[in-house]
Amino acid sequence: MTYALKINGTRQTVDVDGDTPLLWVLRDVLKMTGTKFGCGVALCGACTVHIDGVATRSCITTVDSVGDSSVTTIEAVGRTDLGRRVQEAWLDLDVVQCGYCQSGQIMSAAALLASTPHPTDAEINDAMSGNVCRCGTYNRIRDAIKRAAEGKQP
Amino acid sequence: MIELDAERLPRPVASCYSKKLSRRSLLKVGATAAGGLALAVALPSWSNAAVKENDPALNAFVRIEPNGRVHLTIPSIEMGQGIYTAMSMLLAEELEVDLDAVTVEHAPPNDALYANPIPILRQQTTGASASIRGFWRPLRLAGAAARLMLVAAAAKQWNVAASACSVRSGVVLDPSGTKSLAYRDLLRSAASQKAPAPDQIKLKPPEQFKLIGKSPKRIEAADKVSGRTQFGIDVILPGMKVAALAISPVMGGRPKDVNKAAALATKGVRQVVTIDQAVAVVADHMGAAKKGLTAATIAWDDGPNASVDSKMLVEQLKRASEGPGVVARNEGHFEEAFSGATRRIEATYELPFLAHAAMEPMNCTVHVRKNSCEIWVGTQIPTVTQAAVAALLGIPQDAVVIHNQYIGGGFGRRLEPDGTLLAVQIGKQVDGPVKVIWSREEDIQHDIYRPYYYDRISAGLDAAGQPVAWDHRVCGSSIIARAVPALFKNGLDFDAVEGAAEPPYALSNILVDYVRAEPPGVTTGFWRGVGPAHNVFVVESFIDELAAAAGKDPVEYRRNLLGHNPRALAVLNLAAEKAGWGKPMPAGKGRGVAVQFAFGSYLSLVAEVALDEKSTVKVERVVCAVDCGLPVNPLMIDAQVQSGTIFGLTAALRGAITFKDGRVEQSNFDTYLPMRIEETPRIETYIVPSAAEPGGLGEAATAIVAPAVTNAIFAAARRRIRRLPIEST
Repeated sequence: MTYALKINGTRQTVDVDGDTPLLWVLRDVLKMTGTKFGCGVALCGACTVHIDGVATRSCITTVDSVGDSSVTTIEAVGRTDLGRRVQEAWLDLDVVQCGYCQSGQIMSAAALLASTPHPTDAEINDAMSGNVCRCGTYNRIRDAIKRAAEGKQP
Repeated sequence: MIELDAERLPRPVASCYSKKLSRRSLLKVGATAAGGLALAVALPSWSNAAVKENDPALNAFVRIEPNGRVHLTIPSIEMGQGIYTAMSMLLAEELEVDLDAVTVEHAPPNDALYANPIPILRQQTTGASASIRGFWRPLRLAGAAARLMLVAAAAKQWNVAASACSVRSGVVLDPSGTKSLAYRDLLRSAASQKAPAPDQIKLKPPEQFKLIGKSPKRIEAADKVSGRTQFGIDVILPGMKVAALAISPVMGGRPKDVNKAAALATKGVRQVVTIDQAVAVVADHMGAAKKGLTAATIAWDDGPNASVDSKMLVEQLKRASEGPGVVARNEGHFEEAFSGATRRIEATYELPFLAHAAMEPMNCTVHVRKNSCEIWVGTQIPTVTQAAVAALLGIPQDAVVIHNQYIGGGFGRRLEPDGTLLAVQIGKQVDGPVKVIWSREEDIQHDIYRPYYYDRISAGLDAAGQPVAWDHRVCGSSIIARAVPALFKNGLDFDAVEGAAEPPYALSNILVDYVRAEPPGVTTGFWRGVGPAHNVFVVESFIDELAAAAGKDPVEYRRNLLGHNPRALAVLNLAAEKAGWGKPMPAGKGRGVAVQFAFGSYLSLVAEVALDEKSTVKVERVVCAVDCGLPVNPLMIDAQVQSGTIFGLTAALRGAITFKDGRVEQSNFDTYLPMRIEETPRIETYIVPSAAEPGGLGEAATAIVAPAVTNAIFAAARRRIRRLPIEST
């Protein structure tokens, strides 16, 4: 069956089973590899994308559930002022190590800041707890979210 | 946070590796086809392959292209430790170019050019926290040699003495400072200059460093925050298929029955491949491959290991630990001193099997052709992998091409060729390239695990509470015997006893030995922190036990045993001071300390824990003092302290792989629990300034954090943890 997905502002048509996870549609069918596979069952957050602005685990989101919603991935998150601010904060504080989880971390952080411009530590914990980093960049992630929150609101 | 303690003066110490390096190094210089300058420092005496004098210069360490870009082929692989940045800094420092003039490339497999020269490696391996230790000199030599030749070329053109010229940001200035020539305009002439002999090259003294010791940021970070970095799992080739994989849940088992028709009926599935120990479903995309794999409803013949379980494995180790062992160190007379001691203290310590669980699951892309094979994989051992694939396929080693990739977390898992060999076995049956990706469950259940250790340790104290006899028996499987048999000598695994044989303390009448016991149905391998990650837990816990038995303060007790070891004493004092050691803590809270010398670096770490009414442990603060010799990049040092601490803490609190019916009981991040942001303690790094040869740091904090935490638990609750993980006891 074919699905016409709205991804990063562009309509993309794919021909896959309806129960195919969005993650594999992005990575294998559309060749957009910035979104990562980590666990397959929404335990690690590496596959996080925005669906209508909401941080969503693409590994358990079936393609037939996306409908007409707008999907934003790491490849396009920097097109908004907020997304770019998050990426810049990540660079300012040298957050990344291996970098594999960071697409998901940045997508979760950008969604958090969009809804909560000045998050408390508890709000950061709630929003970021689902994103695992085995390199242990958590302290710099927390600081970078606060750094991004200090920037001018769009 | 990081702080460089400026009050502590650098003190020179002896080089940690042989000075012969510079004399034996072979400096090779040539012109590239495009008219650039190419230069390599090869280490023929330490590598397996002979260097051919006419090697094309393309493989060289350093190339300066006609446009002035400096290309550095990095012998190690980047997996988060920051080595691409650090190595670029070393080169740029001596070459006198800006850091952003350097472009890095993954090295192809070639021991002759890229072997890490440190004695325990001597091959192109990224491990043992050895990249800076191994390449600190060769990379600076390469940069300095190129600079000398470029300056000589400019001096010749101006007819002035080279020694009177200077260089700034890739531009040579004449003695009057009025004329200048950019490197890019000197390449042809420089390539015809005589290469300086390595032992004639004078490296910069530390006071002239512009980059080393500063904190430039990670060079590949911009790509990593925008999803552009290509990890192994991101490789895409024309016509490539993807494969999902099921490996026999019991080691040595085989697929008995596979419903191929059902798998093939799945939309997008192209092929079902059965090999000895696994089944792969090949498809257009991973969604289809996984669905096809489920449809295949594989039945397994479990083979001989179906009754393996953790209880049995631990019992076996416990029996083996009763001896006899192979002596790693024997000084003085332990038995006599122990029996004559005022007090005798004995304990057993246990550490569990551990998985690596890197965020990037195991994967490998292969294209097997008739007499050749091309591989795309993130690996810590490109040459070992190349040789293993060549042997598997019965083709020459140079018919195996390996394209190394950024690694999404290594931690030792990518020190094994197993994932690549599996992919090649599958790829042999597939027409065209195929990317094999393991599920998280396969990744955790078919890891090569950190060994289970069952250690016995005892000490005798004199009337003043000082140790007068020390006996540590290490018992576990030997990774060295399996993975690097040439280094397994006289039954002794040097890695298994690292951190046990040479504790930092003054201990007389010391006996350390090793009992090798291999668990059936489990393969064990290197895990971040290697030998020290197990031994430092045992030694530092036991020193704490001795301090408690002697009624002494844990820091004071250690100080008394470190009088001969000024660098260890200095980090202990610094950590204690920064942590506020001795300041009273509220009930239910405690501080614990540990000291370590490993990977050429000295660390001391103080952990603060809080226990709630259910005795749940929360680590609230970690203070780490580091003397890693000359600090190459303090920002990266702090990153590795943070990283190592969290990796070690995760394992200490709850990391354990267990077996039942031959199967691993954990499967995903709900049963093999990673630490998450809300549990992360504040971590403070204090770096001791030093001019000593740099030490390694990628693994150091992983090894030291567990005993600091368990010692803190003892301080808070008088509860001594002798078996990890903490949450199991």
